[in-house]
Amino acid sequence: MKPITALPVLTLALAMALPVAAAGPRDDQLAAYAAAARAANPAFAGFSAARGKTLHTQNFAGGKPESPACTSCHGNDPRGAGRTPAGKVVEAMALSTSPARYTDPAKVEKWFKRNCNEVLGRECTPLEKGDWLSFMLGQ
Amino acid sequence: MSPKPLNTDRPLPLRPLVLGAVALAFSAIVLGRAQAGGSHWFPPVADPLVKEECGSCHLAFAPSMLPAASWQRMMSNLKNHFGDDASLDPAVTAKISEYLVANAGDRGGQRYGDKLLRGVTGTTSLASAPLRITELPKWVREHRKVPNWEWKHQEVRTRANCTACHADAARGYYDD
Repeated sequence: MKPITALPVLTLALAMALPVAAAGPRDDQLAAYAAAARAANPAFAGFSAARGKTLHTQNFAGGKPESPACTSCHGNDPRGAGRTPAGKVVEAMALSTSPARYTDPAKVEKWFKRNCNEVLGRECTPLEKGDWLSFMLGQ
Repeated sequence: MSPKPLNTDRPLPLRPLVLGAVALAFSAIVLGRAQAGGSHWFPPVADPLVKEECGSCHLAFAPSMLPAASWQRMMSNLKNHFGDDASLDPAVTAKISEYLVANAGDRGGQRYGDKLLRGVTGTTSLASAPLRITELPKWVREHRKVPNWEWKHQEVRTRANCTACHADAARGYYDD
């Protein structure tokens, strides 16, 4: 008796939960970056994890001399922990190693703002943010 | 459970007694250490927001390590936080500032910060309040024997990296 009466309730709960799970905060944030990237350049054709990887590993001259690249603090392996200049361990950026990451859009934006300024000497563009996030979500 | 033959001729349960004594001795040592290190214990940040925002890049320093005026001065210029832009939104900044000031070494945290803040000057105005814990006279005196090469060691690198040497700093202990 019980399983039969519980079935419709379960189905309903599942049906309600599924769309939410499909478009979580990560997808929402990527979609927002995509919209902004398209607004800046109508030829925008989607984010590239490969470009994100380049962004993460390349050296920039515009930021602080002690942090020319993202990897200066985050380390060369996205799945490994990094370290701040003051010695604090930074949890790995790769989603596969740090599955709790990138669920708070305000936190993601906060760190993009700070770290892009430190490394590139300017804020990152929506295209750069989307590329970088795509790279880390796939790692 | 079957009765243990060993205990039949022994009315006193020796093992629990010994274990109890060991536990008691252990807590006495821990307690003694906490009391002996009274001047070296700084209650760690307990507020989750402060812990998160002040503890991402460096150890979330204990509020009792600086006077209230220092925290006020620091929190009023997060845009230039020792050369880094650590700015936060105004509401978060205000909340953190309130916590740090309330528990500062010359306010709620006086019991703990008292000795560290001895001889500190400039706290009467925001413009002159000290910003670096590592420049407080007592801090300098306590660390005078640390050789230069140790500060430059790649596991240390900065005087703000307390945990490099003080293994229990995150829990507030700076005895070692």
